[in-house]
Amino acid sequence: MSFFFEVLIGGLLSGVMYSLVALGFVLIYKASGVFNFAQGTMVFFAALTFVGFTELGLSFWAALPATLAAMVVLGLVIERGVLRPLVNQPQISLFMATIGLAFLLEGLSQLLWGSEVRGLDIGIPDEPIAWISDRFGLNISRFDLSAALIAAVLVIALALFFSRTRIGRALRAVADDHQAALAVGIPLQQIWAIVWGVAGAVALVAGLLWGARNGVQYALTFVALKALPVLMLGGLESIPGAIVGGLIVGASEKLAEVYIGPYVGGGIEGWFPYVLALVVLLFRPEGLFGEKIIRRV
Amino acid sequence: MNAHAATAQSAAPAAAPAVLVVNNIEVIYDHVILVLKGVSLAVPEGGIVALLGANGAGKSTTLKAISNLLRAERGDVTKGSIEFRGTRVDSLTPNALVKLGVCQVMEGRHCFQHLTVEENLLAGAFTRTGRGEVAAALDKVYTYFPRLKVRRASLAGYTSGGEQQMTAIGRALMAAPTMILLDEPSMGLAPQIVEEIFEIVRDLNARERVSFLLAEQNTTVALRYANYGYILENGRVVMDGDATALGANEDVKEFYLGLASGERKSFRDVKHYRRRKRWLA
Ligand SMILES: Nc1ncnc2c1ncn2[C@@H]1O[C@H](COP(=O)(O)OP(=O)(O)O)[C@@H](O)[C@H]1O
Ligand SMILES: [Mg+2]
Repeated sequence: MSFFFEVLIGGLLSGVMYSLVALGFVLIYKASGVFNFAQGTMVFFAALTFVGFTELGLSFWAALPATLAAMVVLGLVIERGVLRPLVNQPQISLFMATIGLAFLLEGLSQLLWGSEVRGLDIGIPDEPIAWISDRFGLNISRFDLSAALIAAVLVIALALFFSRTRIGRALRAVADDHQAALAVGIPLQQIWAIVWGVAGAVALVAGLLWGARNGVQYALTFVALKALPVLMLGGLESIPGAIVGGLIVGASEKLAEVYIGPYVGGGIEGWFPYVLALVVLLFRPEGLFGEKIIRRV
Repeated sequence: MNAHAATAQSAAPAAAPAVLVVNNIEVIYDHVILVLKGVSLAVPEGGIVALLGANGAGKSTTLKAISNLLRAERGDVTKGSIEFRGTRVDSLTPNALVKLGVCQVMEGRHCFQHLTVEENLLAGAFTRTGRGEVAAALDKVYTYFPRLKVRRASLAGYTSGGEQQMTAIGRALMAAPTMILLDEPSMGLAPQIVEEIFEIVRDLNARERVSFLLAEQNTTVALRYANYGYILENGRVVMDGDATALGANEDVKEFYLGLASGERKSFRDVKHYRRRKRWLA
């Protein structure tokens, strides 16, 4: 039984990391209706930039704000250079633009920092926490738990930002009806710039945690693939959806791998979440937490 | 005051000085679709001016040209000028206009559906930053629209049409405007609710000194509450005058107030129509 819990908790903790990546998508989708294909690349870019700064001799605490600044600037540049010129164009054009952006960013980051695989040490060891092993007989990774806590703090901060602050409210207003938002004097471009800045910051946190776990390399962009079933489950515009979706994906893929895997020859961790998400989509096209489309005049 | 004379430049309504002057504007959508073909109008300080006309006449386009929401729909003002309190505002962003005191309530209300009624109102105060100021504005909106206070925690998308219209007007009020561009407030509402909303408009006009430019298809109601009216047809002002005079005008009665038999016709057909009437007589 304790093995089951170990797998479950490990799954939930890694699920939080999926949520973190999904959150970046949700932020941008919510405010500008764009599915940002480049989100995975932004995660990679953030991790690589952070490592690059430390290689230049910056300490962890100096590299962090420097990378944060770089990500915010990147967000602003993307908003101004790519999205603003495409305003009022069909959604699909914007989506295509973000695909282009993904490759541009990937090339740019390797041009700047080189393409070799780097390790990233954020000072949290990936080892079982002793007192939990002693008391409950469960092996819970210190790294996983810390990562989950960091992600949780970020998510709570964002939720408060959206519901309590003037800018957060304006963000949701823009997401809901950008014409009406314009009409009451909310400057769309300023809001979009903020959203991209925030999405950049979220990408940085995701990049640090994922980079520390898997190494900083191009494959990091594929964490976005982990976020897709999370988004399908949770709905594209829901922050709680991204969190719960991440937890479900994390827990179910690990449990499926351990308990169903042996019967089908293993390796189902990669695609099981998609099956789950597809089943949910059949019954609830807007995802578990997606905003219901309110049809009423 | 007849259809021919009115097509010429119309003078600003007498009495109070004009706060808003629209001077012979032309609007083109998508670089090719000419929609407004030289519209001029003026709104005096503290006035309620009605912009009347059938569906597709260009009322909303005129309001959006003023508030500059046009650009978001790929429309452009290609000729003419727009002045608010004596300064050109043609190229200001909607944000700058709201800060100047001009706020539009769009046709179809456009509430933020997934925000609560109160969050809608607070979002309307985006251009204001003083905490006390915003709280006072909220209180004021609730005194004008007590129903909104009751519904404050409901998602706007789930409130009734009348409540959504009130939310939309209240949201505009949160920006402390001195001029509201109100597009078809009566649309889709029961007559009783329409009266309720127009009464509040009159109240706001009298007590808060907010001027209104009001686009309406419901000519009867609009002329009862407005001081002055313009009739728009096919992107042109075909007639204007005091609300009472317009309401008494035979052609207006015939074509817009539905007081004569037969279907509604346009002023363009008037000559032909008169000739035919003469023949038939
Ligand atoms: N975004 C747009 N693109 C192209 N044509 C438009 C657009 N908006 C309105 N029109 C056209 O402009 C004309 C006037 O529309 P509108 O100003 O909405 O009239 P009203 O508000 O009086 O009903 C209509 O013929 C309409 O089809
Ligand atoms: Mg209209």
